[in-house]
Amino acid sequence: MKREIMQGNAAIARGAWEAGVKVAAAYPGTPSSEILQDVADTYPEIYAEWSPNEMVAMQVASGASIAGARSMVSMKHVGMNVAADAFMTLSYTGIKGGMVIIVADDPNVHSSQNEQDSRHYARAAKIPMLEPSDAQECKDFVVKAFELSEKYDTPVLIRLQTRVSHSRSIVEFGEPNEIEVKDYSKDVSKYVMMPAMAVKRHKIVEKRMEEIMADSSEQTEAVGMHEEHIGSSELGIITSGAAYQYVKEALPEASVLKLGMIWPLPEKRIRSFAKKVKRLVIVEELDPFFEKEILAMGIPCEGKSLLPITGEYSTSVLRKTLNPTSTPEQAISGSGLPVAPGRPPVMCAGCPHKGLFMALSRLKVQVMGDIGCYTLGALPPTSAMDTCVCMGASVGMAHGFDKASDARDSRKTVAVIGDSTFLHSGVTNLINAVYNQSSVTVIILDNSITGMTGHQQNASTGMDIRLSPAPAISLELLCESIGVRSIQVVDPVDTDLCRKKVKEELEKPGVSVIIARRPCALIPTGKGPKGKYARVDKDICTACGQCIRIMCPALTAGPDNKPVIDRETCNCCGLCVNVCPVGALSVGGDL
Amino acid sequence: MSGQALKTSTSSKCISVVLSGVGGQGTLVAGKLLGKVAMKTGLDVKVSEVHGMSQRGGSVITYVRMGCKVYSPIIDEGMADFCLFFEPLEAIRWVSLLKKGGTMIINSAPVKPLPVLLGNEKYPDRISERIKEAGEGNARVIEIDAKQTAVSFGSAKAANIVMIGALSIFTDIPESVWKESIEESFSEKPHLISMNLDAFQAGRDLVR
Repeated sequence: MKREIMQGNAAIARGAWEAGVKVAAAYPGTPSSEILQDVADTYPEIYAEWSPNEMVAMQVASGASIAGARSMVSMKHVGMNVAADAFMTLSYTGIKGGMVIIVADDPNVHSSQNEQDSRHYARAAKIPMLEPSDAQECKDFVVKAFELSEKYDTPVLIRLQTRVSHSRSIVEFGEPNEIEVKDYSKDVSKYVMMPAMAVKRHKIVEKRMEEIMADSSEQTEAVGMHEEHIGSSELGIITSGAAYQYVKEALPEASVLKLGMIWPLPEKRIRSFAKKVKRLVIVEELDPFFEKEILAMGIPCEGKSLLPITGEYSTSVLRKTLNPTSTPEQAISGSGLPVAPGRPPVMCAGCPHKGLFMALSRLKVQVMGDIGCYTLGALPPTSAMDTCVCMGASVGMAHGFDKASDARDSRKTVAVIGDSTFLHSGVTNLINAVYNQSSVTVIILDNSITGMTGHQQNASTGMDIRLSPAPAISLELLCESIGVRSIQVVDPVDTDLCRKKVKEELEKPGVSVIIARRPCALIPTGKGPKGKYARVDKDICTACGQCIRIMCPALTAGPDNKPVIDRETCNCCGLCVNVCPVGALSVGGDL
Repeated sequence: MSGQALKTSTSSKCISVVLSGVGGQGTLVAGKLLGKVAMKTGLDVKVSEVHGMSQRGGSVITYVRMGCKVYSPIIDEGMADFCLFFEPLEAIRWVSLLKKGGTMIINSAPVKPLPVLLGNEKYPDRISERIKEAGEGNARVIEIDAKQTAVSFGSAKAANIVMIGALSIFTDIPESVWKESIEESFSEKPHLISMNLDAFQAGRDLVR
């Protein structure tokens, strides 16, 4: 069989294809984003879509499943919060065609707003969860998850985390299943969750979980996919996922029970393993999820008293705690060397968000932020953000400020939200603000793409996931239909105009929307004219430093404190030209 | 420059290579190329990177581990046999990953971070010399101008392959395996193959 080096996320996509998935939906979110893009790019047989949010994606997949097709939905950990309403009751309805939900955690918060542990959702919803530890298992577990889904009539969760999603390793391919759609049959007692039906279904759910728990202990191949490595009886480790890899690296002598299905826990299996070792340590990133369950079984074990509850684990974390003599010797400890200046993330050259945030910074307004590249507006040089919590929160929080201050704060508060985030969950907040007679000013940063997660299309870009033409929702008409009184469109590079418009809208009563529209500098429609760059006339320049303060990666100060343009990097957006008070900068130098 | 070549093909141990530089320097492309080379040699391999906030201009790191059986995809302090530093500052930042007796190859071309360009911080001087002094007897420190070498073949972008060429000298993996892997890596951009093969050869010549 063919073998290939694949990213964990690509292996998930491959697994979906081998399993004969018919419908796959997602909203992008690091570290899960590549899964669905890879499905779309590599497997034309699968219907794939970017949904406006994770809840919609979950509902699309559940509809496809009940209609009889195998379906998959993928999201990052916080996306699970959005999808949870659908998800909790899908446990009751069960499925028809297999349904698999992929959720990718982000221990260490590489690119997220929190490091929540999604295993709690499996327990809360009473849905089985599998956790692969490398790319091969990503593929194999997806195929297995579809079998289990249909065997037990339940959606199945697969938990990933950054180091599994974004690590590449060798995957041996399997044969694909045919895409098969079972006949739909109406079943009100199963799919209509009214109280009388739900109360009966709940009993079925409980029975199902007992059955899976027993099978997970007794049928390792077919259900549990656990691995037991018996080594020294002095130390036994129970672990799963990426943490397993660090265990094998740091503690080669230890006995290990690696869990494949991590919910429900295979109690019998855990008991028999615990009997084989003198000391039992649970190695799990984030919450003491296994530890508390195992303690509740009456099995003595250690875990979070030894290892951290925050951040991600590593070989060295485990060595220091459990095998200190094996710590490798470094060639150079680093002491005595100078400290390396950091490379803080900054908005790209030509980034359309820059000009708008400069305007907000100058106005010294309160800024309710949201999730996207523009969250960088919170950092210098603009430092123009007061809050950033979750998708869509900017608009709702601005409305809250308005009501808490009897509308006084709305004279000095704006909400900023990207086009994709607005369609994800900002729009319901805007409806609320209009309906409840707020006077907020909402700025939609329309860069015509979902930028932060790697440039995915959305309902306003005019293209679908496979870049075929698609209807583009008009943000203006949408806002108008909601009842927004004042809608302005500005080019964010025109920072003076942005400042003027924001000032005007802040003064107006009622809800205002400013659409700051310019495509992301990294997508084809946002790239500057080829071969052009900003030009400096050193005779006119007074070295005042205004253009330097933009912190554009393409523009830095020379020895004379006058700007130097990096021609390769300059995107020719003209922001530096606009901020120059003496007209020393112009657009149009030829390369 | 002579030294014990690492017997990758027969080694039961894992060989760990850190590739660290600045976004846009091609560390991930080089990492994926190493992955191909390992697979062709019949080894298990893991290549790991982090996405998201590490955008253009940020500090980026790719880990490659190869051997009979690779577990952790991540390389911690003192675990790296080789460090390819695509930029001198990144060498200071990640030097603690190199194991005692390991080899590091530093591309001497600096990429100044924004705080330095804005005059808020100073770019340290004599980085390679200071690292050499600090690693005296414990590390092999090799400095090459990969960028200038690559520019002489047509594009600064091939500096990553110059670095790979330099690394290849310290392994016992046949030259043909490296070259095949380069050809496959650029199969979708065939016009870049010969330039990258030249860059690879130049990297080898720089350290031989």
